[in-house]
Amino acid sequence: MDFNLSREHQMLRKMMASFTENEVKPIAAETDRTCTYPKENIDKLFDLGVMGICVPKEYGGAGADPLASAICIEELSKQCASTGDIVATHNGLCCDPILANGTAAQKAKYLPMLTTGRKVGAFCLTEPNAGSDASKGQTEARLEGDHYVLNGSKVFITNGYVAEIFVVFAMTDKTKGTRGISAFIVESSFPGFSVGKHEQKMGLHGSPTAEIVFQDCIVPKENLLGVEGKGFKIAMQTLDGGRIGIAAQALGIAEGATEEAKAYVKTREQFGRPISKFQNTQFVLADMELASEAGRLLTYQAATRKAEGKSYTKEAAMAKLWCSEHAMKTTTKALQMFGGYGYTQDYPMERMMRDAKITEIYEGTSEIQRVVISNNIGL
Amino acid sequence: MKILVCVKQVPDTSGKIAVNPDGTLNRASMQTITNPDDMNAVEAALKLKDETGCPVYAVTMGPPPAESMLRELMAMGCDGSYLISGREFGGSDTYATSQILAAGLDTIGIEEDDIIFCGRQAIDGDTAQVGPQIAEKLHLPQVTYAAEIHKDGNSVTVKRMLEDGYMTIKVKTPCLVTCIKELNTPRYMTVTGIFDTYSKPMTVLDYEALKDNPLIDKSTIGLSGSPTNILTSFTPPQKGAGMMLEGNDMKTCEQLAGFLSEKHYI
Repeated sequence: MDFNLSREHQMLRKMMASFTENEVKPIAAETDRTCTYPKENIDKLFDLGVMGICVPKEYGGAGADPLASAICIEELSKQCASTGDIVATHNGLCCDPILANGTAAQKAKYLPMLTTGRKVGAFCLTEPNAGSDASKGQTEARLEGDHYVLNGSKVFITNGYVAEIFVVFAMTDKTKGTRGISAFIVESSFPGFSVGKHEQKMGLHGSPTAEIVFQDCIVPKENLLGVEGKGFKIAMQTLDGGRIGIAAQALGIAEGATEEAKAYVKTREQFGRPISKFQNTQFVLADMELASEAGRLLTYQAATRKAEGKSYTKEAAMAKLWCSEHAMKTTTKALQMFGGYGYTQDYPMERMMRDAKITEIYEGTSEIQRVVISNNIGL
Repeated sequence: MKILVCVKQVPDTSGKIAVNPDGTLNRASMQTITNPDDMNAVEAALKLKDETGCPVYAVTMGPPPAESMLRELMAMGCDGSYLISGREFGGSDTYATSQILAAGLDTIGIEEDDIIFCGRQAIDGDTAQVGPQIAEKLHLPQVTYAAEIHKDGNSVTVKRMLEDGYMTIKVKTPCLVTCIKELNTPRYMTVTGIFDTYSKPMTVLDYEALKDNPLIDKSTIGLSGSPTNILTSFTPPQKGAGMMLEGNDMKTCEQLAGFLSEKHYI
């Protein structure tokens, strides 16, 4: 058992840390305050090969592994969870399902768009009345000759109003429940595709979230991803992988908050000494570091199992559950160390705390992670 | 055409600086980085590679751990690298270093339209001597302090940035150019570059590989062959904060004139 990152992964972390420090950190507060999609940085991440990092080189990707993707998302999220989220969604929820389930023609057409073509990807599963119970989706896909006609709407779609390639789930046979769900690759330029409401969120202000509406949307028959009726399986498998990305994002938020807190407590003096000298401060920070270390091990383990082709459903759920709850607790405690300053927008703590909350909700709530874990422990 | 870039791994002086009891830098206990000006030299070379497709090779003299730096430079886009490394070379000053580097470059082979890039100076020694000395030893034209570089056929036009202005010089290749930070912003490593870097060629040139080169004379390399003697090294006292005056009114101007007059500057 080797707990060391490979030299390539270490080098990647160094590169991403430098990119985050120089490019992401300086605009993170402004990105949040103005709810701006950080397009310039996302374009740079395309150039560096971070967007579509796991896509094989023949399709314009970097041919790296899920651990590499996790490291990138973790480093970005230390300073800007929105940027981490955009990358996590693009890599885990759009490139991955096309790579895993696409035909040779679909991969040859869409993966280069998602890498060298600089087109952002998204994933459309959630509907107004189908969240944790994804089987209750109402969006329909009707086969008419050489194309499907999609009708319905999807909500809370990350990258919604900037993405151009969407992996969409719709019912091809309502009588069959989850076995009636199929997956499609939909381009934003297809007739009948439109972007609905832009969500105003508590956090992740730089991550563009929107409603996506399909009104007699024409999707060529060859854009069916996988086979008809296997969409639910594709969705669940995709979310298994996506959870590694969210675990990495949450871990990054927690690590970022811990670093901010460590720097602050050494300079903030109360009762005649830096507050880092108080045992309460030290113990809280010790717990934060411990939880991050555990989160790293869980996340990297899940990513490594995925790379090795082993089952990782349980491990990814554990990593996501642990890291997201850790991010929420840690940002709350880190903000507390800043006292009143932490509550102001002069410091990044309140942003980090707002950003952390969503990691307990999306790509499967904490409750759903517990369902997934308990389904995999022989009960 | 190819470009050879001379680089140096130096202690990261932005972190904690460790000093030995004799006043010299304790390099072993400090983090290392690629010398900042050398990063500008690498970027200049990679820009020319983007334009012309010519291969770029990083060349360094240093201990075996310097490989990590070369791997990073190859992850940025260098096609290969050379590590000049051997106990015989240890402790070399700028005179000996430039001799060894020149021998290394000569062994690699310098052709008609090649360019050698160096950083202006290293942040550990701050001498700015190695680049020019390499050029002298290889009998190549040199241009220092490059703030702009254009290649046109077998000539290179370089805009030099000097303290009091600019000077533009056109030289024929092969030539050596030393680069300053104003030249460019070094690019990041790419993910593909990182995962490919360990399969790119890195050639180690040791004493055996260089000893027959006419530039190598065992009595003038390494610590014993270095004419430089360091008497002492110390941290210079920090300059005090400057004085800032704000305002565009007569009173502020008079105040400024008063200070300058007091110091006998005017």
